[in-house]
Amino acid sequence: MRAPVSYLFVSAIIFAIGLAGALIRRNAILVLIGIELMLNAANLNFIAFWRYGPHPEALTGVVFALFSIGVAAAEAAVGLALIIALHRHFKTTNLDRIDSMRG
Amino acid sequence: MSFAIIAVFTVAGALAAMTLRNLVHCVLALVLAFTGLAGLYLQLGAQFVGFAQILIYVGAVAILIVFAILLTRSHEPLTRLAVAPGWVTSSLVAAAVFGILAWAIRSSAISTLPIPPRPEVTVKQIGDALMSQFVLPLEVIGLLLTAALVGAVTIAMREQRRMK
Repeated sequence: MRAPVSYLFVSAIIFAIGLAGALIRRNAILVLIGIELMLNAANLNFIAFWRYGPHPEALTGVVFALFSIGVAAAEAAVGLALIIALHRHFKTTNLDRIDSMRG
Repeated sequence: MSFAIIAVFTVAGALAAMTLRNLVHCVLALVLAFTGLAGLYLQLGAQFVGFAQILIYVGAVAILIVFAILLTRSHEPLTRLAVAPGWVTSSLVAAAVFGILAWAIRSSAISTLPIPPRPEVTVKQIGDALMSQFVLPLEVIGLLLTAALVGAVTIAMREQRRMK
């Protein structure tokens, strides 16, 4: 298998694992971990396309991955703060028991 | 060859992070996956992104998640793997997404393009680009991080007693 394809396959596998975990697991922190894995898979794609794209000297892929890491860090901080606030209110992090807004 | 080893470690770490029962073990597996991804970045020639990955994800995000786990540790037993009732459907959705991605990768033209020579990117070049071409996104990301910091503190702060 050629190099760019193998990196893209690893990224796709990690994305699928993160998606399955975010959908299946019922702990809010594990759902957040799944989202982080999906964001990291996207970052790997950015870097792989930058490396094997026609203009690697333009640095766009690297800079985009850096900004993506920054946004993911902000998302993790706010998400974990929300989980802590939820735990203080509901005394649980199981998403099935946090159902006061269920329609 | 080293790519295969790092890829196996990364995928195994991601799998373990999503399947283990103990939350702290999940985060340790997640650290393995993040480190493997940093190794993949280094293999692709993006040194700065690889080190930023280790600094931010392994150093900051993983520790933050461990703190959140310890702060929200409840007394529920760990004997039962907490999964959603519709886990079969969820797995099928994830498998379908992977199938579509794999099909798109197989049928794309990227496997026929010539492989360019390994680019030599120094940290100085990245800094120059961040300070000239990408200075506006850099400022915006700084604003976003400040807002996220203030927002996280506000959300997680203990609710004040109402004034009489």
